[in-house]
Amino acid sequence: MDKPFRRRDLLGIRNLSAEEIVGILNTAENFREINQREIKKVPTLRGKTVINLFFENSTRTRTSFELAAKRLSADAVNISISSSAIAKGETLVDTALNLDAMQPDCIVVRHSSAGVPHQLAKVSRAAIVNAGDGANEHPTQALLDAMTIRERKGAIDGLEVAIVGDILHSRVARSNIHLLTKLGATVRVAGPKTLVPNDFQSLVEKDLQVCPNIEEAISGADVVMILRIQRERQDSAYFPTLREYAIHYGLTQERLDLAKSDAIVLHPGPMNRGIEIASDVADSSRSLILDQVKYGVAVRMAVLYLATGGSSINV
Amino acid sequence: MKLLIANGHLIDPTEGQNSGKNLLIENGKVVAWLGQNESAPEDAEVFDATGLIVAPGFVDLHVHLREPGQEHKETIASGCAAAVAGGFTSVCPMPNTSPVNDNAAITRYMIEQAEHAGLANVFPVGAITKNSDGTELAEMGEMKAAGAVAVSDDGRPVPNAGMMRRAMEYAKDFDLPVVDHCEDKSLSSGGVMHEGKLSLLLGLKGMPALAEELDAMRDIILAKETRAHIHIAHISTKGAIESVRRAKNEGINVTCEVTPHHFTLVDRAVEGYDTNTKMSPPLRSEEHRLAILEALKDGTIDAIATDHAPHHADEKALEYDRAPMGIIGLETAVGLAFSQLVHKGLIDLVRLVELCSTNPAKIFNLKERGTLRVGSHADITILDPDLNWTYKVSDSKSKSKNSPFDASQFTGAAATTIVGGKIVYCR
Repeated sequence: MDKPFRRRDLLGIRNLSAEEIVGILNTAENFREINQREIKKVPTLRGKTVINLFFENSTRTRTSFELAAKRLSADAVNISISSSAIAKGETLVDTALNLDAMQPDCIVVRHSSAGVPHQLAKVSRAAIVNAGDGANEHPTQALLDAMTIRERKGAIDGLEVAIVGDILHSRVARSNIHLLTKLGATVRVAGPKTLVPNDFQSLVEKDLQVCPNIEEAISGADVVMILRIQRERQDSAYFPTLREYAIHYGLTQERLDLAKSDAIVLHPGPMNRGIEIASDVADSSRSLILDQVKYGVAVRMAVLYLATGGSSINV
Repeated sequence: MKLLIANGHLIDPTEGQNSGKNLLIENGKVVAWLGQNESAPEDAEVFDATGLIVAPGFVDLHVHLREPGQEHKETIASGCAAAVAGGFTSVCPMPNTSPVNDNAAITRYMIEQAEHAGLANVFPVGAITKNSDGTELAEMGEMKAAGAVAVSDDGRPVPNAGMMRRAMEYAKDFDLPVVDHCEDKSLSSGGVMHEGKLSLLLGLKGMPALAEELDAMRDIILAKETRAHIHIAHISTKGAIESVRRAKNEGINVTCEVTPHHFTLVDRAVEGYDTNTKMSPPLRSEEHRLAILEALKDGTIDAIATDHAPHHADEKALEYDRAPMGIIGLETAVGLAFSQLVHKGLIDLVRLVELCSTNPAKIFNLKERGTLRVGSHADITILDPDLNWTYKVSDSKSKSKNSPFDASQFTGAAATTIVGGKIVYCR
């Protein structure tokens, strides 16, 4: 019995039940086929308006949301603010209220500060979809990762997943930890201790393990998820050099050999080739990085559809 | 003019008093304690305090009144109105005004503004260093002469141990307590909430307990060396409390205060990203809150202070990590102290009066305050311990409304506030 989520806002994975997550994934499965058609457009959201409100740079996620809206026939408007409203002295709440007054059905928001979608959801009439907020969550990324994993592995329940890199600052890691453990996977996280505090162990009730080194995390894994390393972390002295990071924490073929023989590799992009992931690994048949991007559109179609009032998995 | 406070239950820890007594006030001073059947002068006006607690006026060692410089947040007049509505007869504003209260002229200005308002007494805290930059000592002697009662660089704590040592040595010459907001910013800078499970969960940058604990240890060691009086502001961590407890046992001259929000709320309150849960020090985890309760009980904590920090609604309507730190607290302190401490059986009424009046007056050497002995100032806080009430921030006397306690229900309130023999607030 799959039930789609009935919340109008998608603020994060943390407060969703396993059933709601599966409901979104199943809805996304139904939308997937549209993206393969010659004419990639259905009238499902005709007359609906989606505002993509991006306070932080993004190519992939913004394009993906825009295509998702357009393929469902919604009118999509993209706004990149990059703190210009703030420069004009407008408060976050004012910006949201002004956009909301134009009667959009859904506002997709990305912001470098954690909690912004939650703050907007309190004041807006439109549904709020979180497209990444600071180091908090990136729910559609976790959903598209789950779709990619399901496609290759059949189910998520019982899988062992290693997440490697800058866990501390990663919204992708947080959303994935919540999603994967809710759906029955075991998650092991590893990276430099400065970026993987032991307290992470307590983030979810069970099935999460902080590993002392990346080899231990990867050993026997079904899925290896590599996080992007932000260059500015080096300046903040979380690790000495990118060179040393690549040597000690990068995913090489040798390290990947510790995983199960049919293990898959995911990366949320954009990749730093030769730093957190070796180029030969990124380009190998084990890497599903472009599948992630492909499924991203279907996942966002499902999320926009459900957030704007859709309630059935039948399209 | 004579005023008789009749039929109340008088609590004055400085005189060991904890029973029914009438108070006679004349010309702003307490002139006599009378038995409740004893006859009073016929020309005295009578205030009937039947069923109420009569206590020496509450003293708040830590407020921000924002004047001069940020009058859109608060003025000395509006802050004093909030103070007396919350039962405080004296408040001690921190020097982080604009310009910083680092000289006698500003200290005098603040006191004059308070006299104009004619509500609560204002005893300014001067800066430790010029402009609170941490590099050159401010004119402490001159500020003291103008009426300052302590020195602090509050939110910009002196980072340099050598400078802090000088400051303590120098302040001791003038018998001024040195108040420190203990925070090693090399550990906490950029942080917006307590570092721990919740900060990881919410993706917000943490301020570790360590930042306070380390700085408190430094200050205590310096106080031992210099024999100066160090007062630790808004203590919030288990480690700092343990350091204070040990230091007191060793006889080091250290005192500390706690805010009502730190003994009431924990970091869970940050879920939902309400910027009225953002302050420094941040709301800590339950482990720290329990240590605070224990220290309130056993005497390690000397005083309750609000850290009343008004910010305009427009400033708080920002992203969580961009919003300013701090909440208002003058009008909720007594309600929280009753509801969280007294009615839960953690402390009794005598201890409440010590924490809110007797001890703070002693810590900042406020002469003839924090007591109602004959001859002292007639600053009186009259409490109704059983009054049920709901706090509505929209009714606050403060110019700012940044409180996480809007719509909270309390049992116990400040009923009437008397400053210098004059009734300045009646609920």
